[in-house]
Amino acid sequence: MRHIISILLENEPGALSRVSGLFSARGYNIESLTVAPTEDATLSRMTIVTTGSEEIVEQITKQLNKLIEVVKVVDLSDGAHIERELMLVKVRAAGKDREEMKRMADIFRGRIIDVTDKSYTIELTGEGSKLDAFLQAVEPGLILETVRTGASGIGRGERVLKV
Amino acid sequence: MDRIAANVMELSGAEIVIRCLQEEQVEFVFGYPGGAVLYIYDEISKQDKVKHVLVRHEQAAVHAADGYARSTTRPGVALVTSGPGVTNAVTGIATAYMDSIPMVIITGQVPTHAIGQDAFQEVDTVGITRPCVKHNFLVKDVRDIAPTIRKAFQIATTGRPGPVLVDIPKDITVEKAVFNYPQNVPMRSYSPVTRGHSGQIKKAMQLLLEAKRPMIYTGGGVILGEASADLAQLVHSLGFPCTNTLMGLGGFPATDPQFVGMLGMHGTYEANMAMQHCDVLLAVGARFDDRVIGNPKHFHQEDRRIVHIDIDPSSISKRVKVDVPIVGNVRDVLTDMLAQLSASQERPDAAALAAWWKQIDEWRSRDCLKYDRSSAIIKPQSVIEALYKVTEGNAFVTSDVGQHQMWAAQFYKFDQPRRWINSGGLGTMGFGLPSAMGVQFAHRDAQVACVTGEASIQMCIQELSTCTQYRLPIKVVMLNNRYMGMVRQWQEFFHGNRHAESYMDALPDFVRLAESYGHVGMRIEKPADVEGAMREAFAMKERLVFMDFITDQTENVFPMVPGGKGLSEMILV
Repeated sequence: MRHIISILLENEPGALSRVSGLFSARGYNIESLTVAPTEDATLSRMTIVTTGSEEIVEQITKQLNKLIEVVKVVDLSDGAHIERELMLVKVRAAGKDREEMKRMADIFRGRIIDVTDKSYTIELTGEGSKLDAFLQAVEPGLILETVRTGASGIGRGERVLKV
Repeated sequence: MDRIAANVMELSGAEIVIRCLQEEQVEFVFGYPGGAVLYIYDEISKQDKVKHVLVRHEQAAVHAADGYARSTTRPGVALVTSGPGVTNAVTGIATAYMDSIPMVIITGQVPTHAIGQDAFQEVDTVGITRPCVKHNFLVKDVRDIAPTIRKAFQIATTGRPGPVLVDIPKDITVEKAVFNYPQNVPMRSYSPVTRGHSGQIKKAMQLLLEAKRPMIYTGGGVILGEASADLAQLVHSLGFPCTNTLMGLGGFPATDPQFVGMLGMHGTYEANMAMQHCDVLLAVGARFDDRVIGNPKHFHQEDRRIVHIDIDPSSISKRVKVDVPIVGNVRDVLTDMLAQLSASQERPDAAALAAWWKQIDEWRSRDCLKYDRSSAIIKPQSVIEALYKVTEGNAFVTSDVGQHQMWAAQFYKFDQPRRWINSGGLGTMGFGLPSAMGVQFAHRDAQVACVTGEASIQMCIQELSTCTQYRLPIKVVMLNNRYMGMVRQWQEFFHGNRHAESYMDALPDFVRLAESYGHVGMRIEKPADVEGAMREAFAMKERLVFMDFITDQTENVFPMVPGGKGLSEMILV
């Protein structure tokens, strides 16, 4: 099953490799991993999307908690939560495709953030499935390049992850 | 302003390192010098509070610090240089990590400006050791040395203990800072649990009191957590059988009638059968690893309720799902359990317990550790029995890894904790002799025996030289069967008896080898000479005696649970 795990950790060199090293050493999956400092610059917030049985995910959270630099771990999938991912897509936009691409970007509430006479670069945010849907909706030959951030997640309502 | 600054003494990084070790009341640092740690060594030579022990290989430095830690309640300390100093130390660090041994390793690093430049003797120490330490640090500012070393000792010795490494670049050991040693460095991300949850403890006691076929299974956590006395009290007040893992030997007295022997791959028939067939299991400071319960699926075939006490939540329900988890320091939890027991009127079901003991005694009568006592060739088991007899069960016994390790665990009856020193988790050949050095430094007048084989001893035999330098009167008990015995045993059982590369050819003359280092060497070839030789050796209180026992080449360790099999599927003699 897919789980989305949020980690608050010390913003120190090497902390990221302790987390990623733990996953590779113990054979856990990482579907995506995002990390950046929080409003408190001494802390980083990481979101990891992983898959595994309940037992494995329980071990993952326990093992993460054991890392000295990890302050808090929450499995967001345990409750209601919001996920967002950012994708930048460079598409061919010449001739008849140019108008079509503009329409597609509008339908998916994307924004065209860079333009040349042959291409558009579109910015899209949403759940992973929405970004997948966009890529499926566009003719594959027109996609020049994609880059995705992986999911970031936050709990719904009053639930907060803080020191 | 100038006057105030002049009054505050600034020390070099190297001086600060040594002052920190003094503040931690470190008696011994086991190490080996090299370019990146020269300033630190210079400071070592200028004081005599912290004594340095010069080994012959960095692996041995870490094993010696490890033996020191295991035989005392104090963390071990090792000091090595950058590059190859670190890579040599890694085996020792991983050994300590697998067995949760508190230790601080200080490593030199190339100067900060050279890091990442592929400098001479540079390795990414923090990267290489990351998976085999509890934590590690790279110090990049001389002012951080003292708080970092304090943190290292705090982390190494609290919660589930483990090795912590501090990597210090050479230029940082030259720079100066004011020395101020903090008593306690708060860490918001590190706060190990100590007391167990009282509701869980109550539930656990209830289960134990309702048990018909109870079993108590304890591991290294009881030794590390200094909980043997409380464990014995609990086992005695409940009247339940008790087994120890390889790491837990000595946690409960082996000569106690309620002790059913070690369990696991080479555990006793009675311990493994009781473990498999109990209805309530109390696991204390143990982790249900593959060498202990064999195949977890087979283990789950029997219906039983499990209570698991451990300081590390990740040890709970890792391989075996448990019913009542209790996270906490084992000693505190056992104390709480004892208090609840004495406050309660309830006692275990005496009739059920009597029937269970009758069953256990039947299993015991199988006499699973029997061997041919009339053999004309020395049986390895008889050597361990002689060692036990001659030392009256009071020796510190270290071992290497293989058949001799299992025989030592089976036949030396450890009644006290911290007397049995072996590499249980990583299974490191070469551990025995250097760890014995650490033990002997910690207990100058105690009898220290290193039980080894002719294969293992050669993995750190250079340490005979260290033993000469420091006059360590270790007694090396070598079971020489001219094979990597455990490898040969597996080949015999599972690989068509093809002895691929398991024969040790071209062995040295160990007697003369020992003598060349200035020690006493003995070769013992007849069963009748075993005990006499052992007495003679232990009578030489000031000397290292290397005993080369020529033993039966064909002897195997029994019982044996083959890899992947269930606990009750033992091969018996």
